Amino acid sequence: MNLIPLIPLLPLCSALLLIATAGKLPNKIVTLMGAGSVGLAALCVASLAQQFLADGQVQQLTLWTWIAVDNFTPAIAFYVDGLTLVMMSVITGVGFLIHLYSLEFMAEDESFSRYFAYMNLFVAAMLILVMADNLLLLYLGWEGVGVCSYLLVGFWYRDPANGKAARKAFVVTRVGDTAMALGLCLLFTELGTLDIQPLMAAANSNWQTGDTLPMIATLLLLGGAVGKSAQLPLHTWLPDAMAGPTPVSALIHAATMVTAGVYLIARTHELFLLAPVTLEVVAWIGLATLLLAAFTALVQHDIKRILAYSTISQIGYMFLALGVSAFSASIFHLMTHAFFKALLFLAAGAVIHCLHHEHNIFRMGGLRTRLPVVFWSFMIGSAALAALPFTSGFYSKDAILLSAWEQPGIGPWLWAGGLLGALLTAIYSFRLVFIVFFGEANTEPDRQPGLKMALPLALLCGLSLVGGWFVLPLDGTFSSALASSGHGEVNHSIEIISIATPLVGLLIAYLLFLGKQVSISRFTDSSLGKRLQDFWFNGWRVDGLYHQLLVRPFSGLARWWRNEPIDLVYNGIVALNQWSHRSLAALQSGELRWYATTMVFGLVLLVAIMLRKAA
Amino acid sequence: MSLSTLLLILLAGGLVAWFSERINKDLPRWVSLATIVLALLYLLAMVNGLEVGSFSVVPDPTSGDSWLIHSRQEWIPRFGISFELAMDGLSLLLVVLTLLLGVIAVAASWVEIDFKPGLFQANILWTLAGVSGVFLAMDLFLFFLFWEVMLIPMYLLIAIWGHENKAYAAMKFFIFTQVSGLLMLLSIMLLAWKGHEVTGSYSFSYFDLLGLQVEGRLGYAMMLGFFVAFTVKLPAFPFHTWLPDAHTQAPTAGSVLLAGILLKTGAYGLLRFAIPLFPEASMSFAPVAMGLGAAGVIYGAILAFAQTDFKRLVAYSSVSHMGFVLLGLYAWNSLALQGAVMQMVAHGVSTAALFMLAGALQHRLHTRNMEAMGGLWHNMPRMGACAMFFAIASLGLPGLGNFVAEFLILLGLFKVSPWMTAIAALGLITAAIYSLWMMQLTFQGKPDDSRDLKDFGLREMTAMAGMVIALIWLGLYPQPVLELAQPVLDSLQNLLDTGPKFAGAAL
Repeated sequence: MNLIPLIPLLPLCSALLLIATAGKLPNKIVTLMGAGSVGLAALCVASLAQQFLADGQVQQLTLWTWIAVDNFTPAIAFYVDGLTLVMMSVITGVGFLIHLYSLEFMAEDESFSRYFAYMNLFVAAMLILVMADNLLLLYLGWEGVGVCSYLLVGFWYRDPANGKAARKAFVVTRVGDTAMALGLCLLFTELGTLDIQPLMAAANSNWQTGDTLPMIATLLLLGGAVGKSAQLPLHTWLPDAMAGPTPVSALIHAATMVTAGVYLIARTHELFLLAPVTLEVVAWIGLATLLLAAFTALVQHDIKRILAYSTISQIGYMFLALGVSAFSASIFHLMTHAFFKALLFLAAGAVIHCLHHEHNIFRMGGLRTRLPVVFWSFMIGSAALAALPFTSGFYSKDAILLSAWEQPGIGPWLWAGGLLGALLTAIYSFRLVFIVFFGEANTEPDRQPGLKMALPLALLCGLSLVGGWFVLPLDGTFSSALASSGHGEVNHSIEIISIATPLVGLLIAYLLFLGKQVSISRFTDSSLGKRLQDFWFNGWRVDGLYHQLLVRPFSGLARWWRNEPIDLVYNGIVALNQWSHRSLAALQSGELRWYATTMVFGLVLLVAIMLRKAA
Repeated sequence: MSLSTLLLILLAGGLVAWFSERINKDLPRWVSLATIVLALLYLLAMVNGLEVGSFSVVPDPTSGDSWLIHSRQEWIPRFGISFELAMDGLSLLLVVLTLLLGVIAVAASWVEIDFKPGLFQANILWTLAGVSGVFLAMDLFLFFLFWEVMLIPMYLLIAIWGHENKAYAAMKFFIFTQVSGLLMLLSIMLLAWKGHEVTGSYSFSYFDLLGLQVEGRLGYAMMLGFFVAFTVKLPAFPFHTWLPDAHTQAPTAGSVLLAGILLKTGAYGLLRFAIPLFPEASMSFAPVAMGLGAAGVIYGAILAFAQTDFKRLVAYSSVSHMGFVLLGLYAWNSLALQGAVMQMVAHGVSTAALFMLAGALQHRLHTRNMEAMGGLWHNMPRMGACAMFFAIASLGLPGLGNFVAEFLILLGLFKVSPWMTAIAALGLITAAIYSLWMMQLTFQGKPDDSRDLKDFGLREMTAMAGMVIALIWLGLYPQPVLELAQPVLDSLQNLLDTGPKFAGAAL
């Protein structure tokens, strides 16, 4: 039996059933369906992966023709190769752990069933996104995860702030999606298909490297990618999206959906290789985003916002890797990041859960002894995030920095920027650890995480530690890129610097936030320091800029036009009619004198005209 | 079995419904429902009779003849006016949509109408008859007759059973449609007179007039007569201002019919008459038409966002979505035309559902002002879930019918004008803005526990479920609809490619 269609279908059916029953089912059955369907899907993926590792056979499966008009014939069809399997494993594997965790985290929520309906729907959409054989089906998954993200960010709908964050997430990503839709139009119009493999072949045979059309097409696709993956300039939605329940942030806004942009570029990398300009743009976007977000993460107070900016920053690394054609390294970092960032979010969720929904790190402290499980999770997650040696993050980030260094021309710049980012990453992640888990306790936890929360944490700890040793079966997918990149002599001094940088960052964080041997209060209290902190705290004021440039003009225009300016024209016609009606009606006054006068006047006029004619 | 019987069923059903009011006040709605179901069954039986066995009502596309049924009876022979009805895949699709949304309209007004329920149901059925007639008439004079016939019961629906400002809205609706209709009548008469000049005899038959191909200034002017009539109905920017008023004031069933099917007569008219009768003029006019379409997409979306009245918001969203139809029609290639047809169907369903929701909200809260709502999900989760579904459908989520429509239009349009496509695509963003804003104002936000509101019951959920399934089906397997329309669109495109000769051969 073919397992492929079953994999997205399991969570999809569960979601539809949960929606159709509208919360009537007892929580036990919801648990079974919600977490069970994703667990089963994970088992299917495992069996599929085992088969793939054994025979390396790429599988393709067409279910039915979706639309057929002229030569436009996208199908509901799946394509499973190494890249797809990596993504599927992350989605269902990490996804299952997060579902398990949610069982406890959401246990007291009145909308337990609605939560799992949305979560399952998300998993199904995300699976369709990565399994799609053509770009239109990918777009279906792409928009599907967007809607699920909207529904889950605004899950607690009673607070209008959550609704606002959800709308922002959807609308900002939709800006990117629209660019992507135009990209699909361009690709189809020029190449006559949207099926990914034939499309790549057609692009390679019809276009030369450096042509304008592939550049435009890839830039449009990139628009979609930066929207979904929260990269500059469309990154502003992600920090606000933290309004959703924390497991949602772990699943959607750390492990899976936000990496969809990375997947898209990796999936269509042959197209991007035809457009070196776009690739360079990708690299610079990645670098700029990773630095901007890292600086912002340094000064945040909200535990989830720190992690959100850290996610933006880490995806920046993935973009950087894509930009230097290190696709395998990028996907590798995608996977390790999914492990350790899901771990960090779940651990943060545990802190919030046990601390009466406290988000501010300065009201925490001393939790090391009070919540030991969470503390060790956080330590391991932060170590991997900071890329301390022998954690999973170390291997993937090291691979990215090395590839950046080897990029001809701009390489050293990208490498240096990435290194600065690594330093900042270590500082902000251990700032978080030291402030939350060491020092004085400001709030006492009122409970300990139970087994359903501790087990996923433990498993993710393991993955965050050993994930770096996984060998991903990506050579088949990226064969065309491999030929061009081929690793040269590994530069040992570069290696050593890469290893040392996070350790330096750890030391700085220790000196600043734990040992307090060094004080920077003289700088932070100065007016420049305050201004800089404020600037970073507000995410470099990008939000304010967009508000002034886009939101205000749009809503101003809407307010101005609210009462239908076009109607002024029609009202004008009506007024003209009424005016002529009144004027003419006035003639018919019923006064004999008036009639007689006008008759005489008319007669005189007539006679005058006749006389003129006669003459 | 004939098409005129189909129309007769609806007209007679209206009379029966009207008089049944005297027996029992609850009877008319049952009569109405039975009549529509009967008409549907009759239609299906008729279609089934054509192709026994499989549901392939489409004749051989290679023959170029895509007509399923055609009947012609002399009416006013002196002027060549006949009672000519014909049905092809396109008309079949639209008549089925008309009747199905008729059922929805009756369901939506099941408990809403206390005043003269018999006459109310009669007007619904007569509207359905008029609209079906418009989709079936192949004599231009008869077409004009039906065009006017569908106007009057709709006017009465708004004027009698409407809300606070009904007289104004009904009058505005009537005058807009009437004035533009007169322009079309003028064009029709001119066209028949031109035909007389060429052939020596009068004929109002579509098939006779198709081959005329009046060119030059006169052709352009006549085309404009048709264009204005149809774009007022569509409605396209800047002729749309009657729609928000009519929708806001109409009773729920009126809004459902108005948005679901009456607007589609405008799109149908452009596709069937305005463009094929005047191909040359239409093609030179296409940039203007597409410009109006793109303007409508953006303008409608911005104004939708600005509204606080639920029905007005949905009305402006219709203006935006119909802009896509106009773009698709004047891009005039298979992809865009299929998209336009699909949009007619999908928008019909999704907007009918949104108006039904609006009606249900008004019935329960006695207001359409969204600022007085908020947090309704807490009170009515079932209704909230339905609203969320149709809001998301309306913003074009892939997997639902509206996406297939809009994407096909964009894809076809891109071949003609990438820049126009880019502008129209902005509509995808603005649609997200107003749809989600609508959800925020109504169902999300802080709930008011003092409200005691009844969630959707079985009747409403059945209607909603039907429309949900329809949109998912159109979104994931639109092929039956596409195949139904394809031969018609092919032959219309051939008509423009090969000119008068082809039209002559088709007779």
